[in-house]
Amino acid sequence: MSKTNGNWEPRIVAFFCNWCTYTAADLAGVSRMKYAPNVRVIRLMCSGRLDPQFIMMAFAKGADGVLIGGCHPGDCHYVEGNYKTLRRMDLLKRMLKDLGIEENRVRLEWISASEGDRVKWAINDIVEKVRALGPLDMPGKFKDWDKEIEELEAKVAATEEVATDAH
Amino acid sequence: MSTKPKIAFYWCASCGGCEESVVDLAEDVLMVLDAVDIVLWPVAMDFKKKDVEAMADKSIVATLLNGAIRSSEQEEMARLLRRKSQVLIAYGSCAHTGGIPALANQFSHEQIMKYVYEDAPTVVNPANASAVGAGASKTRPVTVCQDNGREPTLPVIRNVVRALDQVVDVDYYIPGCPPTPKLLKEAVLALLSGKLPPKGSVLAPDMALCEQCPRIDSKPQDLSLTEFKRPHQVIIDPDKCLLAQGLLCMGPATRGGCEARCITGNMPCTGCFGPTSRVHDHGAKILSYLASTAAGKEDKDIEKTLAGIPDPVGTFYRYGLAKCMLRGKVTSHE
Repeated sequence: MSKTNGNWEPRIVAFFCNWCTYTAADLAGVSRMKYAPNVRVIRLMCSGRLDPQFIMMAFAKGADGVLIGGCHPGDCHYVEGNYKTLRRMDLLKRMLKDLGIEENRVRLEWISASEGDRVKWAINDIVEKVRALGPLDMPGKFKDWDKEIEELEAKVAATEEVATDAH
Repeated sequence: MSTKPKIAFYWCASCGGCEESVVDLAEDVLMVLDAVDIVLWPVAMDFKKKDVEAMADKSIVATLLNGAIRSSEQEEMARLLRRKSQVLIAYGSCAHTGGIPALANQFSHEQIMKYVYEDAPTVVNPANASAVGAGASKTRPVTVCQDNGREPTLPVIRNVVRALDQVVDVDYYIPGCPPTPKLLKEAVLALLSGKLPPKGSVLAPDMALCEQCPRIDSKPQDLSLTEFKRPHQVIIDPDKCLLAQGLLCMGPATRGGCEARCITGNMPCTGCFGPTSRVHDHGAKILSYLASTAAGKEDKDIEKTLAGIPDPVGTFYRYGLAKCMLRGKVTSHE
């Protein structure tokens, strides 16, 4: 759908915690707030459940950006979960940058259950920033990287076929 | 003709340490030699590629291949050995997860060639008007040249360093940099007895190193680290959990089975056994654990603690960048 053609639209995966940001997104919905339709929201019980693997997999599978929403510091339903996320994101952002993923593609926002307007703002903002960066298209890059071994693979397959016929 | 099962050892992009681990079998190597016929082992015996080509398909019971796949020649040998072997085993970190060579995936082909052949401080390579190679003013290796009417060729270095299973189908993995003689012996015995686990298994215990660590009792529930130290900066207590001493140990997210050799040598785990079967991305998992143990609730405190990990990619993917979900920062393809 959102490939590198002229109709490319940023594809954002959002991980929202059940108690604050997901509820805020619900509030934004029932308040009929309009925001960019580029986000696929995944509900987690806590932002602390967000394994860095999820973020990396989102990018590897074709996301252009990842938005994470959790309770404000001190408000975590599970007391400490959002602090763990804060620490992980600090290091993960640095690592993703080293892996060639621009900083603006990942963002962490604290949004409480009453801040529907902030959900709207955060989504619109990340969509705009990712749009400015352009497509990430990791699956396309992987395919491109693996092209270099296809030629030999085909050549070896051809000689094997000849050898099999000769038997 | 001998009817003993045929075994082959081969090496690709590796340092030779895996070959050394075969020799480390010590007297058990005699047991292995008694039980099998080695049909290819370039480091120790004189067999040629054409000898392998002459064998019937699937006539080798098992090939233990170490090293990452980085050149067209290695790719070709991997494909050949796959075809001739009933079982192909990725032996050691490089074949299993890319190993140290896969760290090259953080750089483009041009960056690597330029550094190795021009910029490295130990290189003497004066500017040369007749130099050949992509955009070079200095001498660079070329893959084809003319020599007295012949046209000798060299293998092509790929842009991406790959683990063995990213090139051919792999049956089993023996992890480690290098694997321990114990794991090798167990694998050979399993092969000989035919009692092999399901295809795709890593032939090592499926649990984190911490669970087998002799220091586990001194690992605190809550680490709250305020600083990550490097081994040369502290006098390491030989009995206390290394994480509790502020050393970056990858034990919590790394597969055990190494007999905790580094820990016993009073050094932290660097992750050579790769992840357990439940983990998709080793580096992300150890990052998750270590970062969340940092003390502090304010950005600046957290940043200060985590500044002790200046190179997360090189640290967390020291042996596994080829298997990182994002596969490294390969940017250009000239």
